[in-house]
Amino acid sequence: MKDLHQQAVLELYRHADQNVDVLNDAAVAHLIVHNNKVLGARLIDGLECDVEELSDGIKAALRVRANHVIAKPVQICFGLLPQKGIQRILMQIVIEKNAAVDIVAHCIFPNAVDIQHIMDANIRLNEGARYSYFEKHVHGQNGGIKVYPKAEVHLAPRSRFKTEFELIKGRVGEIHIDYQAHCDEESTLDMLARINGRGDDVITVREAGHLAGAHARGVLTSKIAVRDQARAEIFNKLTASAPYARGHVDCKEIVQDQGRAAAVPIVEVRHPKAHITHEAAIGSVDNKQLETLMSRGLSEDDAVELIINGLLR
Amino acid sequence: MAPLLEIKNLSLTFDGKKILNKLHFGFDAGKIYAIVGPNGAGKSTFSSVVMGLSDYREIEGDILFQGQSIRHESVDQRAQKGITLAWQEPARYEGVRMIDFVRAGAADPSDTRIKDALQQAGLDPERYWNRAVDKTLSGGERKKIELASILVMQPALVMLDEPDSGIDVDSLSRIFEAIKIFQRQGTTVVLITHSLTVLKQAEYAFLMCCGEIVDQGPIDKINPYFERKCLICPHKNQPEIYRI
Repeated sequence: MKDLHQQAVLELYRHADQNVDVLNDAAVAHLIVHNNKVLGARLIDGLECDVEELSDGIKAALRVRANHVIAKPVQICFGLLPQKGIQRILMQIVIEKNAAVDIVAHCIFPNAVDIQHIMDANIRLNEGARYSYFEKHVHGQNGGIKVYPKAEVHLAPRSRFKTEFELIKGRVGEIHIDYQAHCDEESTLDMLARINGRGDDVITVREAGHLAGAHARGVLTSKIAVRDQARAEIFNKLTASAPYARGHVDCKEIVQDQGRAAAVPIVEVRHPKAHITHEAAIGSVDNKQLETLMSRGLSEDDAVELIINGLLR
Repeated sequence: MAPLLEIKNLSLTFDGKKILNKLHFGFDAGKIYAIVGPNGAGKSTFSSVVMGLSDYREIEGDILFQGQSIRHESVDQRAQKGITLAWQEPARYEGVRMIDFVRAGAADPSDTRIKDALQQAGLDPERYWNRAVDKTLSGGERKKIELASILVMQPALVMLDEPDSGIDVDSLSRIFEAIKIFQRQGTTVVLITHSLTVLKQAEYAFLMCCGEIVDQGPIDKINPYFERKCLICPHKNQPEIYRI
C-alpha cells in the first residue's frame, strides 16, 4: 500500500512540474491527499493539522499556534488521477495571534473527464497574523472538471491575508470561485485570480471584501483570458465602512475568437473618509502591443500567446 | 544597384484628406537616413505605412523591398524580410518579462547576444533580465529595451521614430552609438525626427511637409533649411509655397 501511495504522490507531482524532493525536507510541512486518502503528511513545530477522511474527500482543521512563524512554505497537494470522481475538501484554518504561514497548494486533475473538486474553507486570522495561500491548478486537456472553491475569511486587526489562484495549465472546465472576506482595522486583504479559459470553459469569479475597520486595505484582482467559446463572468465587490479604509478592484480580461467576458465590479463606500477605486479592461489584445511584436517577426498567434502569458503571469 | 526600399508614388488618404501625397524615393542598403519635418508632416504615418500597420494599409502606389512589392504583406511578413520599426512611444506589456520580449524576435537568441545588446543599449542585464516591460519602466528605459530588441533582431532596415523623445542626454548618446552599430552590421537606418541633433546623425535627409517630400539631400543641405524654415514653420500645411 505504501508503494502505491508513493507512486500516486510521484504521479501527482510529475503533473505539477514540482520536485517531489521538497517533501523529504524535514523542515517543510506537507499534506498530500488523493481522492479521500491522505497519502502523506508532516507537521512541524507550531503547526497543527487534524484530518478526517470522508467518503468523498477530507475534512481538515489546520492551526498555526500563536507567535509561530512557519519558515518554509507548507506544501499541500489535492488531486484525483482517475477520470471520474468527486473530491470534497472541507478546511477549517486558524492562524493564531502574531503567527505566520505561507501555503503552496497544488490541485491536480490531469485525466479528468467527469470530476468535481469542491473546496469549502473557513479561514480565521487572529490579531497580527499573516497568511498567504498560493493555489495552482493543473488540469488535463479534456475540460471534464468542475471546480468550486469557496472560502469565508475573517481578518482580525492588523492581520494580513493574501491568496493567489492560478489555473493556466490545461483546460479549466468549469470553475466557480466564491470568496468572501471581512476585514477589521489595519488588516490587509489581497486576492488575485489568474485563469486561462479555452474551448467551452466556463469561469465565474465572485470575490467580496468588506473593509469594516479603520485603515483596512483591500485589493481584488482578476486576470482572465478567454478563447474559442470560453465564457467568463467576474463579480468583484469591495465595500468600506470605516475611516481611512482603502481599496481597489482591478479586472483585466482578454477576449479572443468567440470568447465572451463580463466584469461587474461593485464598489460601495459607507464612510466619508473611506476610498475605493476600480478599473476594468476587457477586450481583444491591444493592437499596438500586438503589432510591436509582429514587427519583430512574430506571427499574430505567437504574439497573442506572449501577451496573454504575460497578463496571466 | 536598386535601392533596398523603394517608395513608388505612395499616397494615403484619411477621411478625404491626403496624409501622404505621391511620395517617390528610396533607401540604399547600409546608409543612415533622416526624414525630417514639423509635427503633422506625415513622418510617423510614413513609417507606419512602410511597416504595414493595420490602420495604414489602404494606400495608393507601391512599396518595394529588395525589388519585390510588399504592399499586400502583413506586419510580421515584412519583419521577417528584415523591416522593423521602433515606436516613438513603445508599447508596455503587463507581466511580459524583458528577456521574453527581447528574445522574441532575436536572430541569435542566446543569453550572450542578448546581454551584449542590453549593454549596447545602456541597460544592466542583471537588473532588467526578469523585469516586466510594463508601466513601472520610465519612457527612457522602455526605449532602451526597444532598441535592444531591434539590435538582436539584426534587421535589414530599421525605422526609429523620434528616437530622442522622452530620454535624457546620456541615453541619447547610447542611441547614437546603437545607430553606429546598426550601420556596422549593414542595417539601413531611417531616423524619423524633428530634432536637429538627431538629424545630424544621418548621411542623407528627406524634408517632409504636409505629406510631401519638399527637399532632399546631404545633411549639410537640409540642415540649414530645416533650421531656418521648419522649426518656425509658417508654411505648415502649405508645402506648395515653399516647394523647392
